[in-house]
Amino acid sequence: MIDALNHLPRPNADNATLAEHFSDLAPALNARQAAVEASRCLYCYDAPCVNACPSDIDIPSFIRNIHQENVQGAAEKILSANILGGSCARVCPTEILCQQACVRNHHQECAPVLIGLLQRYALDHAEFTAHPFQRAASSGKRVAVVGAGPAGLSCAHRLAWHGHDVVVFEARPKAGGLNEYGIAKYKVVDDFAQREVDFVLQIGGIEIRHGQVLGENLSLAELQHQFDAVFLGLGLNAVRQLGLTDESAPGMLAATDYIRELRQAEDLTRLPLADRCIVLGAGNTAIDMAVQMARLGARDVNLVYRRGVEDMGATEHEQHIAKENQVRLLTWAQPEQVLLDDQGRVRGMRFARTRMLDGRLHTTGETFELAADAIFKAIGQAFDEHALSDSSAQTLARDGERIRVDEQMRTSLPGVYAGGDCTHLGQDLTVQAVQHGKLAAEAIHAQLMLNVEAA
Amino acid sequence: MADLSIEFAGIKAPNPFWLASAPPTDKAYNVVRAYQAGWGGVVWKTLGEDPAAVNVSSRYSAHYGVNREVMGINNIELITDRSLEINLREITQVKKDWPDRALIVSLMVPCTEESWKAILPLVEATGADGIELNFGCPHGMPERGMGAAVGQVPEYVEQVTRWCKTYCSLPVIVKLTPNITDIRQSARAAHRGGADAVSLINTINSITSVDLERMVALPIVGDMSTHGGYCGSAVKPIALNMVAEIARDPATHGLPISGIGGIGSWRDAAEFIALGCGAVQVCTAAMLHGFRIVDEMKDGLSRWMDSQGYRSLQDFSGRAVSHTTDWKYLDINYQVIAKIDQQACIGCGRCHIACEDTSHQAIANLKQADGSHRYEVIDADCVGCNLCQITCPVQDCIEMVPQDTGKPFLDWQHDPRNPYREAS
Repeated sequence: MIDALNHLPRPNADNATLAEHFSDLAPALNARQAAVEASRCLYCYDAPCVNACPSDIDIPSFIRNIHQENVQGAAEKILSANILGGSCARVCPTEILCQQACVRNHHQECAPVLIGLLQRYALDHAEFTAHPFQRAASSGKRVAVVGAGPAGLSCAHRLAWHGHDVVVFEARPKAGGLNEYGIAKYKVVDDFAQREVDFVLQIGGIEIRHGQVLGENLSLAELQHQFDAVFLGLGLNAVRQLGLTDESAPGMLAATDYIRELRQAEDLTRLPLADRCIVLGAGNTAIDMAVQMARLGARDVNLVYRRGVEDMGATEHEQHIAKENQVRLLTWAQPEQVLLDDQGRVRGMRFARTRMLDGRLHTTGETFELAADAIFKAIGQAFDEHALSDSSAQTLARDGERIRVDEQMRTSLPGVYAGGDCTHLGQDLTVQAVQHGKLAAEAIHAQLMLNVEAA
Repeated sequence: MADLSIEFAGIKAPNPFWLASAPPTDKAYNVVRAYQAGWGGVVWKTLGEDPAAVNVSSRYSAHYGVNREVMGINNIELITDRSLEINLREITQVKKDWPDRALIVSLMVPCTEESWKAILPLVEATGADGIELNFGCPHGMPERGMGAAVGQVPEYVEQVTRWCKTYCSLPVIVKLTPNITDIRQSARAAHRGGADAVSLINTINSITSVDLERMVALPIVGDMSTHGGYCGSAVKPIALNMVAEIARDPATHGLPISGIGGIGSWRDAAEFIALGCGAVQVCTAAMLHGFRIVDEMKDGLSRWMDSQGYRSLQDFSGRAVSHTTDWKYLDINYQVIAKIDQQACIGCGRCHIACEDTSHQAIANLKQADGSHRYEVIDADCVGCNLCQITCPVQDCIEMVPQDTGKPFLDWQHDPRNPYREAS
């Protein structure tokens, strides 16, 4: 529970009204809209959109299938490259990936093809009586996957497809990772994340064990001993600290903690509402947090960032969503002090104004205060060091705090692979994690088969 | 503004846009609406002997483009299904009310002299401006020895035309079926019979599509189908060629031509006129959008004529005929090469893959440092086929540039590579 916010009031609106506020932000295309949009695709050769997709989906091909009323073929084409294509269609920042690369952005054209919505259309309307991919004959090999997020699920599915048996170790009660716990509710609605997990598991050969925490009741050394290979899809589970006093006062919370609670809430009217709130950060999570609080009914939502708009991690599209939801964006301001009331609860925050000087961020000496019932930190996730505390895990080579991997997702330990946000490769995106999992599975498969041939 | 009025085969009209004989001209109500909308003339839907024809349900099916735009319509409707008496009465009244508009009556009766001799005076008595002989209807009536069955036999065409000229003083327009091998044979036959003009094309035998669940072609009547007649923009290229064939045939030189086939815009009309037509007929475009389309057709045509300095249709009618010839007379030494406007290129790669897979491997795909592509024509390998320009989605991005080869005009008749060349 969100103890830190228990003293706050609850939303005024009834649950049905609130649920409406958290329905699909980008409504799905109907058949007519999908046909029109599909016809806009120029079926490029060596298509820029494919080159821009981290998971290598053959976009012109699946769109052509949609246009030829072969939705099933379109869906299978997507899933063969990206088994979590359904959630990627919802959460991908397409505006900086495939749709940014679309040739129809050119000044000779009008607007990019809505690739994300077409992908969603294909996957929403395909009807699989059986799982579309058949497992290869059993290899007799067993692989441990740590973390049932996008990277882990993708890896597990591809391994199972190749005939290996997989055990997924997951800390939380549900699989899905950020799709289940960390994405704005209006992007992945209802129980879609769980339905997608069920679909992935349909292939067979994958067992998920919940309540398994690396560094607590699970060690890498044991996994290496018990399995033929190990994949680490740990994610980033620690919250960065501001380094201020009173950072754990009632009213202070990590945005990810609140979003998790919101996504799991059956009754939105029971969530604490910060009528006046501050969100610290400038990434998509900060936007998700700010917009969701606004949609719960908060009247005064401020997103504060210590640098300028051009430095924000959140895409323009995300910033637009924030503005549409009356979120106020304050830039060039850095948290200086948590302000508490006489009961020791958050009443606001003091900020120091900042500016760039010789390429470095400086405070100007000027400060201001913002009143707030709660402050949400969305200043980035950090690696949870606790996870890599056993003797074997401690020897893993690292890049900064993250696990070092090569292009085949191999870590410095033979037989141990890693992917997703816990590694340094690529961007911290769901679609990237899916690709990592897939690549790792292919590398593991090649290695295991090599060993079979050699034996 | 340019003068759009015409005198076609002795028939005057305020503009060259006539509605073809078809459902839009079936009765007074439609024709009056067409005149109100501004159409220069109407060819009344084909009359026949009583008892009137009986139609089935359903009647039309379509061939679609990628975005559900209709490329062509196929129909299995017959000639008028109303009595001769009602039609004649309405024609008389409409012509009386709209004296300045052309009103042509389309006719189809059995291929006997008595039949034509009987109906022609009745039609002439209405005050109509002319008659059009329906030798082209490809469905229903051929089985009764009418329509295409007549149009496909030049001797019949000539004979019926002659009867009409004998028993009727009105201008006779012979409507030609495209469901033959050489359209010139039919046109020559009409000419020999004394026709004042020909109109073409009538519809083309067609099946547009098949319902793969019910395993029956469209349109469906019960659980059966039959072939129909195809019209609409998809048939325009076929119609233009047939018009040009007649226009440049010395045997029919000067015979007025009313162009029909996929005309939906002023530009389509101008193209038919440039290839030798003196008037045009429209059906499918009106059936898809209503009679109002004539407004933009008239406006566009007269503005374009103004921009070209043409004061009347005669000023450009047939101007493209002399530029249409047989392949053997083309200049073998003429050479164009594709040129890509790199500023306009959006990088879709369609020109490259089309040339690479199916043509002459003359467009290089150069991967740039930023991951994008640059497509460049390899001049030495380009044969100037136009395929890249055709597949390019951006208008005017690829230009076919004539090359100065320094070689004189040379046609295949005289080319030394031709083993059957004419001695020079």
